Amino acid sequence: MRRVYGFHGGIHPAENKHQSLGSRIRVAGIPRQLILPLSQHIGAPARPVVAVGDRVLKGQMIAEPGGRVSVPLHAPTSGHVSAIEERPIPHPSGFPAPCIVIDSDGQDEWAPLRGVANYRDCEATELLELIRNAGIAGMGGAGFPTAIKLAGKPGQSIKTLIINGTECEPYITADDILMRERADDIVAGIAILQHILQPQEILLGVEDNKPEAIAALQAAAAGSAIEVVRFPTKYPSGGEKQLIEILTGQQVPSGGLPGDLGIVCQNVGTAVAVRDAICHGRPLISRITTVTGDAVDSPQNFEVLLGTPMQYLLDLAGLHPERCERLVMGGPMMGFTVTTPQAPVVKTTNCILAPTTEELPPPPPAQPCIRCGLCAEACPASLLPQQLFWFAQGKEFEKLEQHNLFDCIECGACSWVCPSHIPLVQYYRASKAEILQQRREHAKSEQARLRFEARQARLAQEEEEREAKRAARKAAAEKRAALAEQGGEEDPIQAAIERARAKKAAQQAGDGTAVTPVKASPEAALRQKLAKSEQRLAQSIASGEDAKIVSALEATVQRLKDKLAEAEAAATETGAD
Amino acid sequence: MPGWIADYPLLAALLALVGLGAPFGALLGFAAVRFRTEGNPIADQINAILPQTQCGQCGFPGCRPYAEAIAGGEAINKCPPGGEATIQALADLLDVEAPPLDEEHGEEKAKAVAFIREDECIGCTKCIQACPVDAILGAAKQMHTVIASECTGCDLCVEPCPVDCIDMIPQEENLQTWHWQLPAQRSRNLDIIATDAPSAERAA
Repeated sequence: MRRVYGFHGGIHPAENKHQSLGSRIRVAGIPRQLILPLSQHIGAPARPVVAVGDRVLKGQMIAEPGGRVSVPLHAPTSGHVSAIEERPIPHPSGFPAPCIVIDSDGQDEWAPLRGVANYRDCEATELLELIRNAGIAGMGGAGFPTAIKLAGKPGQSIKTLIINGTECEPYITADDILMRERADDIVAGIAILQHILQPQEILLGVEDNKPEAIAALQAAAAGSAIEVVRFPTKYPSGGEKQLIEILTGQQVPSGGLPGDLGIVCQNVGTAVAVRDAICHGRPLISRITTVTGDAVDSPQNFEVLLGTPMQYLLDLAGLHPERCERLVMGGPMMGFTVTTPQAPVVKTTNCILAPTTEELPPPPPAQPCIRCGLCAEACPASLLPQQLFWFAQGKEFEKLEQHNLFDCIECGACSWVCPSHIPLVQYYRASKAEILQQRREHAKSEQARLRFEARQARLAQEEEEREAKRAARKAAAEKRAALAEQGGEEDPIQAAIERARAKKAAQQAGDGTAVTPVKASPEAALRQKLAKSEQRLAQSIASGEDAKIVSALEATVQRLKDKLAEAEAAATETGAD
Repeated sequence: MPGWIADYPLLAALLALVGLGAPFGALLGFAAVRFRTEGNPIADQINAILPQTQCGQCGFPGCRPYAEAIAGGEAINKCPPGGEATIQALADLLDVEAPPLDEEHGEEKAKAVAFIREDECIGCTKCIQACPVDAILGAAKQMHTVIASECTGCDLCVEPCPVDCIDMIPQEENLQTWHWQLPAQRSRNLDIIATDAPSAERAA
């Protein structure tokens, strides 16, 4: 028998699991309308690939992954796409989200499916692609894309594959009944995961309050590499990090992932979904969901198509709306209140809880913290809940992070033991969200700062260029003026006027006579040329022309200056002669 | 040597102090030159806290100039987009009391994003010139549009628009921006003993 470790803290709330275990899994059937939110997983929402009015077949892809961390979505039954619009979804905010709505035609006609005959002949990457294309996201409750989790970080080898059959939260029995009734499917799914990951050991952890499930799994797993490990019931043993500690004695480091320890955790429901996808080519279009609580007549587990409105399931289970005060998705510890029963079942809906007021009374008013320390004893992540509570109240976000707020798994054990009924988890959730939002805003303001600075730099540069242009114009004008002032040197403007006059005079001189060009002295001609080139140079500098052109012009000016000096020297010589 | 120290204790003490003071002074002088800080680090820290809206509501042309002014002793409560949170952060950084927001400079509003009604835009480029973060795209006589993800909601483009075709659209909370709120204050201000609560509350 394998040694089982423990983890710090934990609580023993009333299990309330027997109510929904009285009957076998019941197929819920096909509701008239299915509502499929585009985001049923962690990561980018899926992108619709169908249009309103299209006929879709059961298992046909209706939305493609919206990014790397994303999964596609498939039609759970055949029918027509009647709308792609915002509908209420199960989310604590109560906000609607984009959904694909399918009106079922009742024929339940499958699209052609292609399973893999022998997955052992396939490469791991090939199988991971199939898992991704089947739209599988973690079925335990978080909904992280399974293919990404299985692929892990490059170069990381997996030592231990842990299959989570713990289901520690009260009321929920979806995994329990799956293990009891479909142990063979689970084992087949685990074999595929084993082929992909090639781990050294495979541990299937189940709490000891599920003896039937353990017996079924042991029978199914006989002769395989899977070791079914039973351990004492305690909430929250089913938390990924807690389960790893129970089974291996190792703690996942703060901020780290199980992969860092060479461990991958998968839920039993996910294993079955992987088997369906690989062996039958069947995408994830249904799941097992527990419908329970005192407000329903016959609590039980349903195999339900994704997108089925919760109302449909509750009617099947015999809901008494007058007895049901609120509707909870998930369990009483970590679940959240669903605002409308029209919200659909999604990939992560493991339980719909319809409790009566006596069963799940609203929390009594919170009283001041008395520093009893019970929360610190109960915390499975070994945090200091009351310290976190003080900091959250004072919005001391830096202190919260120093006290490892982000290691909180929001299991609710601290709130459960609190004698002052302080809704501690809500403080932590709000603070986490606030910190994340601050980080986002800070990133955005950093971006704005960079853009502002870039703009300032650009404006400064433009101003500088204008200034340079102005200076160049001024310099050129001064040079011209200086040139004109120098004795003997003719003013370029005056020279131009002279030239024009001469030309005019020549034209007037008569038609037949050839125009004799005004033979100016070579120096004067050169001087004119020089003045022209200098003007051109000043212009090109001012208008910021290419450096090549400017340097060429400078060279021309220099050459002309040299020639002029030569000519002047020659003139003085001839004059002297 | 110990002899004259005993004979002239005053002189000896003086010498000892000068002897210590001179090298240490030289050392400090050298360090001041060698390890001089470039720029103004406190202004940088302040600038990192400011929201970088670049709206100029504080009376300075942008967040950086205001940060430098605060470092030089300006009041810290002139930034309406930052609101109380920014004032608190500045107060913590500078170790001063956090004053309430100076209403002269405006009040804290919900975050908004500029939106140009494109069929009304005449393409005058005035808003483009006004935008402090280059978040408006367009050319002369061409329709302009706002890059929503880069807009800081500073309002500076609204005023110059000759045809008033720019709206500031407040950002509504949606599924992506929603998050859990702290439990209502009310639940903590109740009577010490639960049974003291009004009977309606108990029944609930």
